[in-house]
Amino acid sequence: MGITLTENAAQHVNSFMQKRGKGVGLRLGVKTTGCSGLAYVLEFADDIDSEDVVFESQGVKILVDPKSLVYIDGTELDYTKEGLNEGFKFENPNVKDECGCGESFTV
Amino acid sequence: MALLQISEPGQSTSPHEHRLAVGIDLGTTNSLVATVRSGSADTLPDATGEHLLPSVVRYLTDAEPVVGRAALEAAASDPLNTIASVKRLMGRGVADIRHIGETLPYEFVAGESQMPRIHTVSGDRSPVEISAEILKVLKQRAESTLGGELTGAVITVPAYFDDAQRQATKDAARLAGLHVFRLLNEPTAAAVAYGLDQKPEGIYAIYDLGGGTFDISILRLNRGVFEVMSTAGDSALGGDDMDHAVANWMMQEAGISGSAGRGELRALAREGRRVKEALTDSDVVNIELNQGDRPWRGELNVDAFNRLVDPLIDRTLVPCKRALRDAGIKADEIDGVVLVGGSTRVRRVRERVESFFGKPPLANIDPDRVVAIGAALQADVLAGNKSEDEMLLLDITPLSLGIEIMGGMTEKIIPRNSTIPIAKAQDFTTFKDGQTAMSIHVVQGEREMVDDCRSLARFELRDIPPMAAGGARIRVTYQVDADGLLSVNAREQTSGVEAHVEVKPSYGLTDNEIETMLKDSFAHAREDMDARNLREQQVDADRLIESVTAALAADGEELLDDAERTAILAALANLEAVRQGSDLQAIKQAISATDAVTQDFAARRMDAGMRKALTGHTLDEFTSGK
Repeated sequence: MGITLTENAAQHVNSFMQKRGKGVGLRLGVKTTGCSGLAYVLEFADDIDSEDVVFESQGVKILVDPKSLVYIDGTELDYTKEGLNEGFKFENPNVKDECGCGESFTV
Repeated sequence: MALLQISEPGQSTSPHEHRLAVGIDLGTTNSLVATVRSGSADTLPDATGEHLLPSVVRYLTDAEPVVGRAALEAAASDPLNTIASVKRLMGRGVADIRHIGETLPYEFVAGESQMPRIHTVSGDRSPVEISAEILKVLKQRAESTLGGELTGAVITVPAYFDDAQRQATKDAARLAGLHVFRLLNEPTAAAVAYGLDQKPEGIYAIYDLGGGTFDISILRLNRGVFEVMSTAGDSALGGDDMDHAVANWMMQEAGISGSAGRGELRALAREGRRVKEALTDSDVVNIELNQGDRPWRGELNVDAFNRLVDPLIDRTLVPCKRALRDAGIKADEIDGVVLVGGSTRVRRVRERVESFFGKPPLANIDPDRVVAIGAALQADVLAGNKSEDEMLLLDITPLSLGIEIMGGMTEKIIPRNSTIPIAKAQDFTTFKDGQTAMSIHVVQGEREMVDDCRSLARFELRDIPPMAAGGARIRVTYQVDADGLLSVNAREQTSGVEAHVEVKPSYGLTDNEIETMLKDSFAHAREDMDARNLREQQVDADRLIESVTAALAADGEELLDDAERTAILAALANLEAVRQGSDLQAIKQAISATDAVTQDFAARRMDAGMRKALTGHTLDEFTSGK
C-alpha cells in the first residue's frame, strides 16, 4: 500500500512546485466536514512534521499524517481534464460513497 | 469526483466553499481571463483553445449578441452592428464621442442623457452594455473551467482612466453579474505578473503597445506599494496602425484606389495584420490579394516593414520622454522595463525600446496575457487564498472625502489619491452654547461647496454634554479599508459619546439611465437567484439528513449516549420540517445547527474508524510508512 502519483500528476506537481519556488513536497490528507463526511486535503508542504508518513512516487515527496492515512492508503493521485476543467483526482480504494459533487466522501 | 487544485499550506477549502477568483484584462482589442490554480497563474482558454477573446460584440435581430472571434469575422460584412474597440467610448460623454466617433464606423444616437449610444438592429446600446457582453462571456468561460461560481474578479483599467471611465467599467461588471474586488491599473498588474512587487523597491517603466492604444507608465515601488509617478501615451496609436500602414503600402503597390468600401478596407487591414504577425518569425512574407478586379501578388521583407512601422514607433517614444520628464527621472534610473500588449511582439519594437531605455526589456511572459495574469494573482490574494498578506497592493482614493462645515463648505479629511487603507482624524467643536447634538455630513468630491460634491451619508452625534460654544472636542475619524469601504466615527472626547456610520464611497449611481438599466437586469435576476439559493439549501439539507441518518444507523447506538442521540434526532426533525418550507434563512440555520450538534459524533466516528484500521498492526508499520 502507500500513496502513488501517476506520471501525469507528477509532471503537474513538479511544474507547480517549480513555479511556486519553494516547498518540500505535497501534503495529502482528509478532514472532517460537518457530519459523517470527509473531504480531501491537497496542499503544498513547506515542512515535514515529525509524525508525517513520507512516500516518494515519481520523484515527488508525499506527506500524509497517520490519522489521514487510514482513509486514503492505496490512493493513486491522477491529473485529468474534464471539458474545460482540469485538476487532480484521488483514486481512493477506501471510498464507499461520495456526495453528489464528489467533494466529500465516506469510508 | 470533483477535480482538485493544490492549496497553500493550511488553506484547503471545505467542499462547496471554493474561493474562485479571476483577473480580467478588459482590453480595447482583446480581452482575457486568468486565474491561479495550484499556485500558478495562467489565462484560461475557451473550448477551442483560444485564450484571447476579441473585444468585439455583434448584435443580431432576434438572438443573443455574438462576442469574440465570430463577431470579429462578421465585422466586414456587418459593420454597423458589430462593435469593436468599445473601451474607447467607456465613460465618455456625447461631446467626446463627436470627436472620437468620426473615426468609427458606427451610427451614434444622442440619448436623452449624457451617455452616447450606438444604433444596432437590436436597439440602441450603450458602451457599458456592450462591455458587459464581453465580460459575461469571460465569466462563463471561467465558471465552466473552474467548475463553480466566481467569488469575485479584479478587472484592469488604464492608469489614466478617470473616475467616469472607472465607474463605467464597474457598472459593466455589475451588469455582467461579476463582483469586482477592485479595479487595478494595467501597468501595476503587469509589474505584479513579473513579481516586481516582491522586491524591496525600484522604478519601472511599463511600455504597453496594444491594438489601438499606447501607454507608458512609470511606477515607483516603495515598501509594497506601487505609486504611479507619471503616465503618458497616445490613445489613437497601436498595432492596428501598423496593420493599416502595411495595408496602405499594399494598396499603393497593388494600385487599389482610396475609394475602397468599408468592408474592403477591413479585409485589407486584416491581411496587413497577418503580414505583420508573420514577420515576427520570418524575414519575408508573401502576399496575395484577390480583391477587386485585379488580383495582386507581392512580398514584404523585414527591412521594408521596419521602415513602414518606424514612424509609428517614433510616436511611442515621444510620450516615453514626456513620462520620464514628468516623473523627474532619466532613462538610466529605470530599474526595469516591462513589455505589455501584443504589438510588443514586433521585433522592431523590442529593439527600439531596448535602445531607448538602455536595457533589455522583460518579455518572457506573453505580452498579451501579462496584465490578466497580474490581475489573477491579485484576485487570488483578495479572495483569501494566501496564508498571509504576501501581497496586498494598496489602492488610492479616487476622490477626496470630506465633511460639511458651517456655511455649507467642505473640509477635506482624506485627500484624493491617498493610498488605502487609511485613517485620518480631525477635531471639531460646537458652535452654540449648550449645543447637545451635531450633524455630520460625509461628502465626496473636489469642490469647495457641499452642494457641488456628492453626499455620501449623514448622521448625528447626540448626547453631547452641554458646554460653552467651542468647549466640546469632537474627533471625527475617517477610515477607508482595503476594499474601499469608508467608515466614519465621531466621538466627543470628554464624555466619550460616539456615533458611527459606514458608507461605500465612489459608487453611487447617479446616472438615471444606468440605474434603470441595472434595475431591469436585476428585477428577474433576484427572483432567479433567490429560487436557486433556496434550492441549493434544500439540496444541502437533504444531503445532510441522509448522511446523518445513515451515520446514526451505523454507529448511533455504540458511540452516543441517550441525551446526545436525542439532541441529534431533534436537530434532524427540525431540519426536515423547515426544509419543506421556503424560508432560506431557517434552512441555513437548521443546517448549521445540525452540523454543530453532530461535530463530536463525526470526530468519534473517525477515531473509531482509525482504531478499527489500526487493530492488528504495530506502530512501526505506520511510522516507517510501509
